[in-house]
Amino acid sequence: MVILAWLIPALPMLAWAVILLAGKRTPGKGAPIGILAIGTGWVLSIAILARVVGGGESFHASTTWAPLSADLVIPIGILVDGLAAVLLFVVTTISLLVQVYSVSYMRGDERYTFFFAKLSLFTSGMLIVVLADNLLMLLVGWEIMGVCSYFLIGHYWEDHANSRAAVKAFLTTRVGDLGFMAGIFVLFWATHSFEIPGIVAAAHSGRLSSGTITLGAVLLFCGAIGKSGQFPLHTWLPDAMAGPTPVSALIHAATMVAAGVFLVARMYPVFEASPAALNEVALIGSLTMLIAALLALVQDDIKRVLAYSTVSQLAYMMAGLGVGGYGAGIFHLFTHAFFKALLFLAAGAIIHSIHTNNMSEMGGLRRVMPWTFATFTIGALSLAGIIPLAGFWSKDEILTQAWRVGYGGGAEGVATSTGVAQVVFVVGVLTAFLTALYVTRMLWLAFGGAYRGQGHPHEADGIMLAPLAVLATGSVVAGVVGSPLVGTDNIGKWISTALLPSEGAVTVNWGLVGSTTLVALLGILAGSALYRRGLPEREYLARIPPLYTLLEHKYYLDDLYEGVFVRAVTGQLAPATYWFDQRVIDGIVNGSALATRRLSRGLRYVQSGQAQWYAAALFVGVVGIAVVVTQVIGR
Amino acid sequence: MTGQEVAFLILAVIGGIGGLLVVTTRNIVHAALYLVIALASVAAIYLLLAAPFIAFVQVIIYVGAIVVLILFGIMLTRAPVGRLVLDNSVRARVGALVVAAGMFAMLTFFLVRAFGGERIVNRSGTATAALGTSIFRNFVLPFEAVSVLLLAALVGAIVLARRD
Amino acid sequence: MRLLYPLVFAAFLFSAGIYGVLARRNAVMVLMSIELMLNAVNVNLIAFNAYLQDKLLSGQVFALFVIAVAAAEVGIGLAIVLLIFRNRETVNIDEVDLLRW
Repeated sequence: MVILAWLIPALPMLAWAVILLAGKRTPGKGAPIGILAIGTGWVLSIAILARVVGGGESFHASTTWAPLSADLVIPIGILVDGLAAVLLFVVTTISLLVQVYSVSYMRGDERYTFFFAKLSLFTSGMLIVVLADNLLMLLVGWEIMGVCSYFLIGHYWEDHANSRAAVKAFLTTRVGDLGFMAGIFVLFWATHSFEIPGIVAAAHSGRLSSGTITLGAVLLFCGAIGKSGQFPLHTWLPDAMAGPTPVSALIHAATMVAAGVFLVARMYPVFEASPAALNEVALIGSLTMLIAALLALVQDDIKRVLAYSTVSQLAYMMAGLGVGGYGAGIFHLFTHAFFKALLFLAAGAIIHSIHTNNMSEMGGLRRVMPWTFATFTIGALSLAGIIPLAGFWSKDEILTQAWRVGYGGGAEGVATSTGVAQVVFVVGVLTAFLTALYVTRMLWLAFGGAYRGQGHPHEADGIMLAPLAVLATGSVVAGVVGSPLVGTDNIGKWISTALLPSEGAVTVNWGLVGSTTLVALLGILAGSALYRRGLPEREYLARIPPLYTLLEHKYYLDDLYEGVFVRAVTGQLAPATYWFDQRVIDGIVNGSALATRRLSRGLRYVQSGQAQWYAAALFVGVVGIAVVVTQVIGR
Repeated sequence: MTGQEVAFLILAVIGGIGGLLVVTTRNIVHAALYLVIALASVAAIYLLLAAPFIAFVQVIIYVGAIVVLILFGIMLTRAPVGRLVLDNSVRARVGALVVAAGMFAMLTFFLVRAFGGERIVNRSGTATAALGTSIFRNFVLPFEAVSVLLLAALVGAIVLARRD
Repeated sequence: MRLLYPLVFAAFLFSAGIYGVLARRNAVMVLMSIELMLNAVNVNLIAFNAYLQDKLLSGQVFALFVIAVAAAEVGIGLAIVLLIFRNRETVNIDEVDLLRW
């Protein structure tokens, strides 16, 4: 059964081709094809999960795609271990639910069929990333996702803002990809292989110099920074909300942005062998989670709140990985996929019914959209980390790990410095408070009070509600899997490998559990107090003008990037290239034509029409040839 | 210096001067007459070179027919008779001189290099019978081809030049 | 006698013919120069025939054929010159240059 794992990415890719070519003519306009493909993949992934996790076996098969030279071959293969199996399950589940949801959400859209084709291609790209056994194949899937993200964000391209957002997303992640590719090359140069198991083993065994490992890890992390929207490449994620909401749910909550986290986890022994890299991952994670949470507090667009929340939670995962919490980080990825996708889809139901994203035009929706309200609340509380919902268990594991390394005298085998781990813990607790705060703000503004808008809110139909229900269930029970109630470090056990053994029994730090729950509850209380009466006259944070301006302008990062990089290209580089193309390249082409014309104008006088002139030329030629042949060549 | 060589040198001088005057004289009729001198000296040289039949043919055809034809052409095209300019501009003449001189230099150079020391062995003139046998045994095909060529030239000249 | 004598004479006649072809303006003069060149070629052929003592007498036979062809060529050439004269009232070949640029 595991050997069929290659079908999981292959079927959606096939579906993409079929939908593109024949989708419009089939009943259902291509949606059933995509759903069938991903549904089959989902079933397979469950079987694989049961097999791999239950039996602890992993499957690795690879072959040569293109032999370039004696020691440089491009391999292609799959590696199905615990980590891949977990991710397969997550990706196929969320993907299936989003596609079902889209059948109703995108009904009537003029590019309905193309939308499903794009979704299928994207899913296959992510699945390639998950299953790849070598870095080149992973890069292929990575780039497929980048391109599909561009297409999907720019789905409503008639509005230029949307296409600009799509370009921004693509180019920003591309910047990270440059580092990623450099990292692949560094690791190849050191180990002469692209294969992940080989590289990971080499890093673990100490064969590679620490400088090489650090460089490789840091460069690989650049790709993760870009894809997962960490500082300083997080600016594209909020703008990417210009795409349809199912896209936001799939790509920018559960799958593509998780690819960066997955990358770090996949190459974790490389990171483990370099304290500097681990510290960097942890610090960037801490910084990002804080600045994103602050930004989420002042947004009016509900999708932007969720976008910044995603950035913040991804940073949580990164920070978790950075302090040695391999299992904890992946556990949070697992739970986050459920409740974040849920939040986005529920927000989509709201947006679909009242045609606006702005919370200032919402309010009082709990009476009109009860099911949406219920599921949204479950997701929100899970995000805030309220026991016993899923988000609580995973967030708690990360904080526990950070505490252990920072204050608890360190954990063996974890190279992160204690100072960094302390920072992670403090910032993590602070962000938990802020998370609860903005989540409560969202709940009160959207569902509480009275309706402030102009539309006609109505409950979503069954096709949209069903995935919401499934995800809500997941947001509740997904945490149980990894909670102490069923034994400790389960996820860690699932994804453990020979080089990353699970820790086995871990005692639960109930003091920590209590404190973090308390912090979350404080956040909820504060949020309720502030926003119970609906939208305030001016945002509360506006009372601290400097802070508010900073947040309003997103720390001026967008302006910085725009002013420095974008203007350098569009203002200088693009005109220079245009000039070069017009003058030099076209000059050469036109010039050659001009030269030919001038030459011919000069040469035509040879044809004088006078026979004697021709005869003279003939005789001169004869003399010349005779001389040349006998004197020059004959020698 | 054998008698043969002396005779040849005299004939060569006459023929050379005749040829030179053909191409330089200003009077067109004089040019035709100088051509006769050149052609006749060439016929005499054929005799020296043991080709009597060719010499006779040369006189009959060239001097007899072709020069007459040329004179006809001169008359029929109302060529300017008397002392008149018949040549191209000075520039063209200098160029032609250069080309001709160059050709002569090249030819002599290679000829001297290749056949500097060779000698022609004296023998009697070729019998016409031998020539005839050679033509009609070994060169029958070119002979027939030349006949066809002459026929074509005949017909062609008539067609080209008739008035209608 | 030395072989070189007739050969150099032939070369001289040939060069004189070239000069005439290139420098003369009247078409009939050009035709006369061409006849000079053809005769030079014939002298060459006969000289080599005498030198090589060819059993086939190919040099003399070839010279005969050259004479025949020269005759044909003069006939046609004059016919053409006549035609040009009829059309253009001139036989200066530097005035017949319609196929120019």
